[in-house]
Amino acid sequence: MNLRRLAFVAPAWLYLIVFYLYPLATNVRMGFQDFTVSSFYTGVAPFAGLRNYREVFRDPAFAGTVTNTVLFTAGSLLFQFGIGLALAVFFRRNFPLNGVLRSLLLVPWLLPLVVSGTAWRWILETDSGVLNRSLLSLHLIDEPVPWLASTSVALTAVTLVNVWVGIPFNMVILYGGLQSIPDELYEAAQLDGAGAWRRFRHITLPLLRPVTSVVLTLGLIYTLKVFDVIMVLTQGGPADSSQTLTTFSYDLSFQQLAFGHGAAVGNLLIVVAVVFAIGYLRAERRSS
Amino acid sequence: MRRALNTAIGVVVLAVMLFPLYWMVNASLLPSTELIKPTPTWLPIHGTLDGYRNALSSQGRHLITSVYIALGTVGVTLLVAVPAAFGLAQLRAPLRRPLLFGLLVAQMIPGIVMANAFYVAANELFLLDTPLALILADSTLCVPFAVLILHAFMGGIPAQIREAAQLDGASALRTLWSVILPVSRNAVITAGLFSFLFAWADFLFAVTLTTRDEAAPITVGIYRFIGAHISDWNSVMATGVIASLPVAALLVVAQRYVAAGITSGSVKD
Repeated sequence: MNLRRLAFVAPAWLYLIVFYLYPLATNVRMGFQDFTVSSFYTGVAPFAGLRNYREVFRDPAFAGTVTNTVLFTAGSLLFQFGIGLALAVFFRRNFPLNGVLRSLLLVPWLLPLVVSGTAWRWILETDSGVLNRSLLSLHLIDEPVPWLASTSVALTAVTLVNVWVGIPFNMVILYGGLQSIPDELYEAAQLDGAGAWRRFRHITLPLLRPVTSVVLTLGLIYTLKVFDVIMVLTQGGPADSSQTLTTFSYDLSFQQLAFGHGAAVGNLLIVVAVVFAIGYLRAERRSS
Repeated sequence: MRRALNTAIGVVVLAVMLFPLYWMVNASLLPSTELIKPTPTWLPIHGTLDGYRNALSSQGRHLITSVYIALGTVGVTLLVAVPAAFGLAQLRAPLRRPLLFGLLVAQMIPGIVMANAFYVAANELFLLDTPLALILADSTLCVPFAVLILHAFMGGIPAQIREAAQLDGASALRTLWSVILPVSRNAVITAGLFSFLFAWADFLFAVTLTTRDEAAPITVGIYRFIGAHISDWNSVMATGVIASLPVAALLVVAQRYVAAGITSGSVKD
């Protein structure tokens, strides 16, 4: 009987090993190998120790990429969470069409990122994009801003789009968290004369803390993985100014065909993901 | 009065959030000459369907490829996830926690890491540019989610249902097929729809595991289309709208099933 029960979960175990564990191990191994295009033909990839890492660290684009990743992640999380929380608090109010509006807000989150990224690329276009045209006609700028073509604003533009992508997710989860805070607490505080801000500060924020840590850690793991948005908007350019570790790893492996280097950057991402995955599991345990 | 004001604020927020999508639909209907005029055209009154004609003729093949891949992914995902969820939730198979934990952690592996390894494996197995490679790769985006959602649902099915079937002499497999599956229909449909959605939207695996244009699904089709026809925003946006349609259609259906999945109970006390 035990064997028969195992038969139902055996495919999932096999799947876990073949499709997650094995690729993970492959990438870890490749990070320590001199793995190039010729490795595909000869099947030979000599052990290289830490050489891939030394070369990646010395790559002129590396330091900027790390800074970009930190700024992109911090900027995305801060604004996604802030706006998501504001919207969640707003939708706690009781008004007509609340439910319809809330579910329609999810649409941007569910579309393929390549599609919404493409729409944004058209909006941010320097000469005919609607953003520059509107800003120009309002006299907020004197000449078009090359949102995606300038090294000084590309990272900001990419972060802005990623914030837009992440708002619905943050709102939904935080709204769910708010729903579990009993109304009586707010009513009691109001009777005691606490204003809206004090109620938010002393009831909402502390009671929302477990959900907050889940949202932030999940958001962090998700933001580190962002690929589609950056590729469609800027491909990490111009001159690596919007390159993050994920797009850098892709660039090394699939554009420069230095698979060992790409895998080494991938391994750095794994280390970061592991650290935050532990954080997530802790937060999850605390919230349940 | 205050309630109406709140609705108005909500409508404005929604309009801002959905503006990029409106702007995509707008551009998909406007001729290229309108798109490069110095003042934006806010409504596509003198619209054209040329963009859609171009999109279908150049991207039709990629759309079909995407349908195949998404359907294949749904199949593989359910084939792995349904028995696993049944074994975990109903048969209480040994080592339940490690498997669920493993699936939870597996979702956190950076996609680019998987893509690196899949590329090497697909190359060795001569699977580059085949739908099979993308089906298998895309299923890794879906299996953990599907197992978790089906497990949660099947865990709520009373054990008496299964025991009654087994008393009648049904094997475990038969019980799953003719008793548990019909009861869990909504959860299965939800898991399937989301798998379709994930596979349809995948770009990372699509761009790394296809080298020839004929083999590429729609996400890569759009990506290369912008690269090659950057001035033809009309056709690019029409392609974007077409690529969003299956998702929009599925969502309308899925919403019903998600809601039904939560509220429907199979046994009433």
